[in-house]
Amino acid sequence: MINSSLMVLVLSQAVTYGTPILFAALGELLAERSGVLNLGVEGMMLVGAVMGFWAVQRAPGPGSLVLVLAVLTAAFAGALMGLIHAFLVVTLRASQIVSGLALTIFAGGLGLSSYLGNDLGLADVPPKYQLGQINVFGLKNVSVVGPILFNQSALVYASWALTIAVALYLSRTRFGLNVRAVGESPGAADAMGINIAVYRYAHVLGGGALAGVGGACFSLSITPGWTAGDSLVGGAGWIAIALVIFSFWRAELCLVGAYLFGALSGGLPAAIQAHNYKAIPTFFKTPEFLNALPYLTTVIVLVIIASGWAKRRLGAPAALGIPYVREER
Amino acid sequence: MPMISIERRLAQPRWLSVAVPIASVGVSFLVMAAVLAATGHNPLETYRRLFDAAFIGSAAWTDTLISATPLLFTGLAAAVAFRMQLWNIGAEGQLYLGAIGGAGAAIWLGPHHATVFTILAMCVCGAAAGSLWALIPGVLKAFGRTNEIITSLMLNYVAGQLLTYLIFDSASPWRDISTVQTRSFPQAIPLQASQFWPTLSPSNIVIPFGFLLAIGIAAVLAFLFRATRFGFEMNVIGDSQRAARYAGMRTRRKILAVMAISGAVAGLGGASQVGDFAHELDASPQGLQGANYGYTGIVVAALGRYNPFAVCLVGVLLGGLQNAGLFLQGVDFPSGLVGVMQGIILFCALGGELLIRYRVRIRRQARSTAEDVPAADAKPTP
Repeated sequence: MINSSLMVLVLSQAVTYGTPILFAALGELLAERSGVLNLGVEGMMLVGAVMGFWAVQRAPGPGSLVLVLAVLTAAFAGALMGLIHAFLVVTLRASQIVSGLALTIFAGGLGLSSYLGNDLGLADVPPKYQLGQINVFGLKNVSVVGPILFNQSALVYASWALTIAVALYLSRTRFGLNVRAVGESPGAADAMGINIAVYRYAHVLGGGALAGVGGACFSLSITPGWTAGDSLVGGAGWIAIALVIFSFWRAELCLVGAYLFGALSGGLPAAIQAHNYKAIPTFFKTPEFLNALPYLTTVIVLVIIASGWAKRRLGAPAALGIPYVREER
Repeated sequence: MPMISIERRLAQPRWLSVAVPIASVGVSFLVMAAVLAATGHNPLETYRRLFDAAFIGSAAWTDTLISATPLLFTGLAAAVAFRMQLWNIGAEGQLYLGAIGGAGAAIWLGPHHATVFTILAMCVCGAAAGSLWALIPGVLKAFGRTNEIITSLMLNYVAGQLLTYLIFDSASPWRDISTVQTRSFPQAIPLQASQFWPTLSPSNIVIPFGFLLAIGIAAVLAFLFRATRFGFEMNVIGDSQRAARYAGMRTRRKILAVMAISGAVAGLGGASQVGDFAHELDASPQGLQGANYGYTGIVVAALGRYNPFAVCLVGVLLGGLQNAGLFLQGVDFPSGLVGVMQGIILFCALGGELLIRYRVRIRRQARSTAEDVPAADAKPTP
């Protein structure tokens, strides 16, 4: 039987591991709502992770200030990566798919993030500071809910605020409604006097910044430090892209989905391995199967979403992936 | 003040599609020089050492061809699919599966068969394994309308875990349990010398068999694209799926076929890794899984503009870059530099695409009177 303390552990891990995915997914959501598909999330996260960790090691000042600076550095680095993509696809009208893939290769585990990390001497260095758990309002010891929700890092609380902010932004503000117009029908938006290029640039950059923060979740909080290669982020960026699809481009559903994947990549495998359940066949307890679980689940969920009733009700922004050229609308 | 206007070209001149990629490689080297200088490295010195390590001398060429061989396979695999706007990002995983299939065939057959027969079996099993793995996203795309970018990519991670599992699981037929050492330190069963793929050495350069196989496949694909109905239909579907459906083409069947071909080519690359170089199923982090051949193949395919022979050429160039990067890796040549360069080259090629599809004209700002505007526009545009 799964006892309740284990359940609590799995759920609190779900929140911890879901947070980077949530940040990245909200960023991708903003970019996609403006009509730009950015497949470079994984790369932007890796660059955010390495630059965030760099700032933690090198920035002077008291610990809390350094950590804030580190998160901002990660966001800035992610936004810079987003800028490359925005320039290529908005200004130069390049294929969004190929450009996003190029960004992942450029920034990814064998590219810029690795170059920066090695060149700045960050590999396997013990972290000076890290974002620890904050016991908000002393609620940590409340049974069940306490450890799950109120004993997390500052980034987790920030991600909740951000989810609400993004949801309100898209549904309740003029800018948010304009973004949706740009993503659904850029021609009509242009006729309304909305500057398509400015909106797309802003949201791809903003999305990049959030992906950078998502990467920083790993290097500052979950597994403080930096290791060469792409194992630090390990596909979370790609899961975030999938998450946007099966949250039907809605911020509040991103939160739910992110924690589902957080559970699959964090607590659940550890719990299954630690408590050798008799009911589960051996193969499903091997570390390899448990590692593959989040990716397999992504595929399965995508299939269900794509084939089901859901697709007809709430779909992608109509102009997603299509470059906007005023002369050719 | 000059005004920049971008107009769509009615016809794309042939020379441009050769000149632009070459020019963008040139531009990317300039950009890279700036990055190098900014991070405190001497660009000219770095380039000279890169070039020396990649292309000067027969030893360098031998290593370059070794690095290029898998890139040719994955580049061709990506090119086949991308040509039809089918975004198979899964060459990485399909390559692993090919390696599993190829190694499996060799282990099952044992060392007592003719080399030709062993190679054939390894190729068939590798291609079949890669093809079946690619058909998973293919079927989901064709029958479930699932986004193939994400499913094919997710399966890369799954394939990586499968590869590790097959070497670490004690009951796995791929695992070597013959000695005490391999029983405690998991390792795959190595191939016997009679199963190694042959090499060709016309001068001092050693050409692996897999490299020639890839060139042969490029020729077959070029024929497929240019001279067959299948290739024609692929092009039409790539341009407009709707038009293709109206013309009575079976797009669903084509998606399955193209995915299968793409996966088979990547799978052959995996078999070649086992037969040509590693001589075992290599699951170490520095092995197959650390090399990112599948993702680099995307760069190769895009730079070659999905043309099979151009892909081979680009594959050799990027193989040289990768080989040199590995050779020079050290304190003053951090790892990651090669990936950065590949990314920059790809960015420049993507940006250059604009020049192929559009005409960028810089002209003087039209003067304030309205009469002058038509006069400025009336110039004949060839």
